[in-house]
Amino acid sequence: MTSLFRTGLPAFVMVAGLGFLAFLPLLAVWVDNIFLMDLFMRLMILSIAAVGLNLILGYGGMVSFGHAAYLVIGAYAVGIPAYYDIYNGFLQFAIAILAAATVALVTGAIALRTKGVYFIMITMAFAQMVYFTFVSIEEYGADDGLTINMRSEFAGLLDIEDNFTLYYFVLASLIAVLGLVYRIVHSRFGMVIAGAKGNERRMQAIGFPTYRYRLVCYVISGAICGYAGALLGNFTNFITPEMGDWVHSGELIFMVVLGGAGSLFGPVLGTAVFILLEEYLSRLTQYWHFPFGAMLILVVIFTRGGINGMFRWIGAKAGIGGRS
Amino acid sequence: MDWGLFLIQMLNGVQLGVLLFLLAAGLTLVFGIMDFVNLAHGSLYMMGAYFCATLVQLTDSFILGVILALPLTALLGYIVELIIVRTLYTHDHLDHVLATFGMILCFDTAVDFIWGPTGMAIPLPEFLDSHIDLFGGHTFPVFRILIICTGLAVAGFLYVMVVHTRIGMLIRAGASNRTMVMALGVDIGKLFALVFAVGAALAGLAGMLIAPITEASIGMGNEIIIVAFVVIIIGGIGSIKGAFVAAMLVGMIDTMGRSFLDQLLKLVMSSESAETSAPALSAMAIYILMAMVLTFRPQGLFPPKVR
Repeated sequence: MTSLFRTGLPAFVMVAGLGFLAFLPLLAVWVDNIFLMDLFMRLMILSIAAVGLNLILGYGGMVSFGHAAYLVIGAYAVGIPAYYDIYNGFLQFAIAILAAATVALVTGAIALRTKGVYFIMITMAFAQMVYFTFVSIEEYGADDGLTINMRSEFAGLLDIEDNFTLYYFVLASLIAVLGLVYRIVHSRFGMVIAGAKGNERRMQAIGFPTYRYRLVCYVISGAICGYAGALLGNFTNFITPEMGDWVHSGELIFMVVLGGAGSLFGPVLGTAVFILLEEYLSRLTQYWHFPFGAMLILVVIFTRGGINGMFRWIGAKAGIGGRS
Repeated sequence: MDWGLFLIQMLNGVQLGVLLFLLAAGLTLVFGIMDFVNLAHGSLYMMGAYFCATLVQLTDSFILGVILALPLTALLGYIVELIIVRTLYTHDHLDHVLATFGMILCFDTAVDFIWGPTGMAIPLPEFLDSHIDLFGGHTFPVFRILIICTGLAVAGFLYVMVVHTRIGMLIRAGASNRTMVMALGVDIGKLFALVFAVGAALAGLAGMLIAPITEASIGMGNEIIIVAFVVIIIGGIGSIKGAFVAAMLVGMIDTMGRSFLDQLLKLVMSSESAETSAPALSAMAIYILMAMVLTFRPQGLFPPKVR
């Protein structure tokens, strides 16, 4: 359990957070505000994507500026079969994961030959290609987007047409993805990835083909985002290529960095702050982007390690948790 | 084939290339010398357009508007460098991307607040708002020719400045080895601020030149900045020459792809599949070019010599 504490926040806070998410639907019914549930569903779905991005960005040091593309791929993996009246959820989610993984494999194989800012830009370029592909397919709505008439069907096992069921399906997915990333990071594979981030040349010198390890990591990350995209498609019932715009890739990076890159729960925390602040500020004023952007700049200038790093710092001062 | 149309599209390609060069020149210098990734460069392009639109309304003269808006945009760039960018040089690229992303949000909202959500058109004076005749009954707008000429003039000016002046020498030296320039006693802070302000003015100029055609609008810089990044990556970061060659290449490929790719594809595939795949392929063409350049020449076409 000690390694959980390394995330900066005491583990019980995060467990309490997940507990809160589990009871939120009850709260939403109690205060008679079903919109709350929609808000938190979106939050959890984007959290899954952020956790997926964090796997390569935080743990692997690979800054992908194009992960929103995998969200779009996942969403269209639900949308396109639905367009042909195929609602089999097992099939749709399998397509989402496989398609995202395949695209990640091909683009990653090229992108990972580059380093630093070139990597940032080439991942962005590939995301733009995906974006323009969907924009130009007239059959599936192009710019105008695609409406999904019915959510995925899981052969009667699960009826996510019901919002409560979908909510808990998303929550379970989030926990499962967190568990998966935890296992990956603490495996031998994860150690190699972390080692390659710290000193790639040394890892190669002691005999690890770091390129292949990184590529596999990149593919897993893309697949997780593809899965999140499939959830997003089910949740919104309406998908557009615009979801893959580079601005959204930037927002994903921000969610990860805001919460603290390279910590298990950091991306969830970052996404929560991002989504809730966006919601709050946009109700306050139509010019909410300004304080939002200003906050972004201030976070970058003054806090290193995001909110989680801040907690870690406080924790270290108080002598709890913070064993970074 | 209609050669008149071909010529027009060639000229349009050059015009887009010139605009991209104006944006990319500042971007590549800031990137090459300060190692700073500036996504908000597109916002300066937008601000230039809005400054110009307002000044044209006040002065009733397009030329005067541009002449007054240029130093204003440079001043804005200088202030931005002084307040925000300067504190970020020591951070890594990820931080640059995030902070300048925040700056884009701030600029876009500020424009919404000051000028309102609808765009602003810039009226052209009569002598610019006409067409010249090409052969085959085609015409070409005079203003677009002015854009091309201005861009080429700026390129020439930058060439002379970078190659034949002391400032240019420092800029080139900074792009190759920043630390050594500092060690030789050059006030690198001043040099950075100057380069940033000049880059801002050039981006603003690009905005002023395109605004009479498309009008100044919120977020106008957000699409083109990505293309400008493609340009500087292809050209080699820090190289003005690379930026110019790559800008022309990208402008030409993009314009030509959009107008003639479907006809080209019809030679090798059925006309139906050509018509469906051409728009996607032409939109992707420049990104494919960039991926190819990065695969075979990871430093771009004209990387500055290091050390």
